[in-house]
Amino acid sequence: MSGTRNRVRVFSLRPATSIRLRDRGKGPAAPSPRFLAPAGRINLPAADRLLALATAAGALVILLVVVLFACELAYRSYPAWARFGPGFVTSAAWDPVRGEFGALPLVYGTLASSLVALALALPLGLGSAIFLAELAPAWLRNPLSFAVELLAAVPSVVYGLWGLFVLVPWVRTHVQPFLGHWLGWLPLFQGPPLGLGLLTAGILLAIMVTPTIAAIGREVLLAVPLHQREAILALGATRWETIRLVLLPYARAGLFGAVILALGRALGETMAVTMVIGNRHQITASLFEPAQTIASALANEFAEAHTALHMSALMAAALVLFLTTLTVNVAARLLIRKVARGPEGMRYEC
Amino acid sequence: MLVRRKLTNLAMMALCVALTVCALVPLASILTLVTVRGFQVLSPEFLTRLPAALGEPGGGIANAITGSLILVGLATLLAVPVGVLAGVYLAEFGRGVLARQVRFWVEVLVGVPSIIVGAAVYGLLVIPMGRFSALAGSVALAIIMLPVVTRVTEEMVRMVPASLREASLALGATRARTVVSVVLRSARAGILTGTMLAVARAAGETAPLLFTALSSRYWFSGLDQRVASLPVYIFTYATTPYEELHRQAWGAAFVLLALVLALNVAARATTRRTRL
Repeated sequence: MSGTRNRVRVFSLRPATSIRLRDRGKGPAAPSPRFLAPAGRINLPAADRLLALATAAGALVILLVVVLFACELAYRSYPAWARFGPGFVTSAAWDPVRGEFGALPLVYGTLASSLVALALALPLGLGSAIFLAELAPAWLRNPLSFAVELLAAVPSVVYGLWGLFVLVPWVRTHVQPFLGHWLGWLPLFQGPPLGLGLLTAGILLAIMVTPTIAAIGREVLLAVPLHQREAILALGATRWETIRLVLLPYARAGLFGAVILALGRALGETMAVTMVIGNRHQITASLFEPAQTIASALANEFAEAHTALHMSALMAAALVLFLTTLTVNVAARLLIRKVARGPEGMRYEC
Repeated sequence: MLVRRKLTNLAMMALCVALTVCALVPLASILTLVTVRGFQVLSPEFLTRLPAALGEPGGGIANAITGSLILVGLATLLAVPVGVLAGVYLAEFGRGVLARQVRFWVEVLVGVPSIIVGAAVYGLLVIPMGRFSALAGSVALAIIMLPVVTRVTEEMVRMVPASLREASLALGATRARTVVSVVLRSARAGILTGTMLAVARAAGETAPLLFTALSSRYWFSGLDQRVASLPVYIFTYATTPYEELHRQAWGAAFVLLALVLALNVAARATTRRTRL
């Protein structure tokens, strides 16, 4: 054993970066020429092999979880897909008693609430990001950034509680009458002010995802090289011109990624939405009306789904949500990563 | 021309400040209201009693607090070893297809809505076991923590300077010894920080528990039984029509928020800068 160790020690320095798992089955030490073979063909001491194996097993658990999730959702939702086919996502029927299920109102509610949220959170988050990264005085910068990150950590059920008892009455008595009075000619803002509904869910979601946009946006803006700023300032630009002409174009991909990441969070947010959206399966043009999202339908009906088909329909909706957020998140990650490489076509724009 | 540019500049700067203030107002409102309303309910009885029967005054959240601690504790025990191993694999051993795939799916898992985790664990554990259980709840929370712990471990292990590894190997230590005694020891503070943030996130999760641990009016009575937890308690009490229960929901929210924010502050005090 000690002989093995000695030799490995000598050679493990060079191929330290190329230890391969497939060598774990190799027998005891061979004559020394084998150690001069290409990197990765070394015999490791037992402890090393064990560690490599154990860590790889840990990594495999993650893949296993993903595969199990996909299989589980597909398997449990199979009856619904078999019964309704792709029409499941385009049908508006949702009648557990008659066994009719269509996810269109859920998809609509999910998209509508998330879009309202993005429309509100985008200016708020971007403005905060610019303030945190560029404008805030030094003494304010760190505490404020810290506060923003803390707020991203507030549990969603606490947002829901606040939404239910503070936001809903405020929307009912102030926001909805105001919008109905001035913009009531738009189909978006018609109907009685109920408080609960798409609009409130959108506002609450906006409050929840603003810290996400602000925190990532700040980091992305701070990642813009200093010489870019210095160059345009030296040309006599004002602060706003620096931001508009240099920072925003340079950080565009990353900021877009932050927004998409926030969208992913809004799409899958459950508790806060469930508590303020009113939970009614319907598609209406008016944002004042109660609605239902995929996540809120799951939270509300899962424990009460008594027929196998109802359960299966909920699982099918869950699968739709899973695939949607998956796509959105992958897109966001790719975009955020891109900002490290700088902007494309920069020289044509400035 | 210059005047106009300067005015535009001023206007936009003011707009940014105004937007930041707008973003902070609701957040300040949440923190103050939870503190004020929660504090009114807080009392020794509230923290140490079981919930009262409906209609009776008093009652507490003791079972929800212990239930949350058990759920999150078990989830941590499940997620941290696996997450640290996977993170070490990605940073120290991982090459090729497996590592690329794992790295990709870790990032994807971070963004999977927690309710999806709940639904999947419901199918994987609750249906086969035939009932809601604390075990299923812990597994769901562990799956939520797992990608966070893995990513933090990978980043922290990568930050350990190569010179430390080389020094250890030059002294004759095996790779295993180097990883365990030198690399992981240097990265310990960072991994701890990440774990605390993951614990804080798991402690506040409600959606997956609705399908797995559900809730209970009694003390924890075994891993195969339902168990109460703070987030589910807040949700159920807030959505009842009773004024008294609403007050208690604010009290529970105060306890939960204090726990989560304390973990976050502690985590950031451990290391100045951690990215998540």
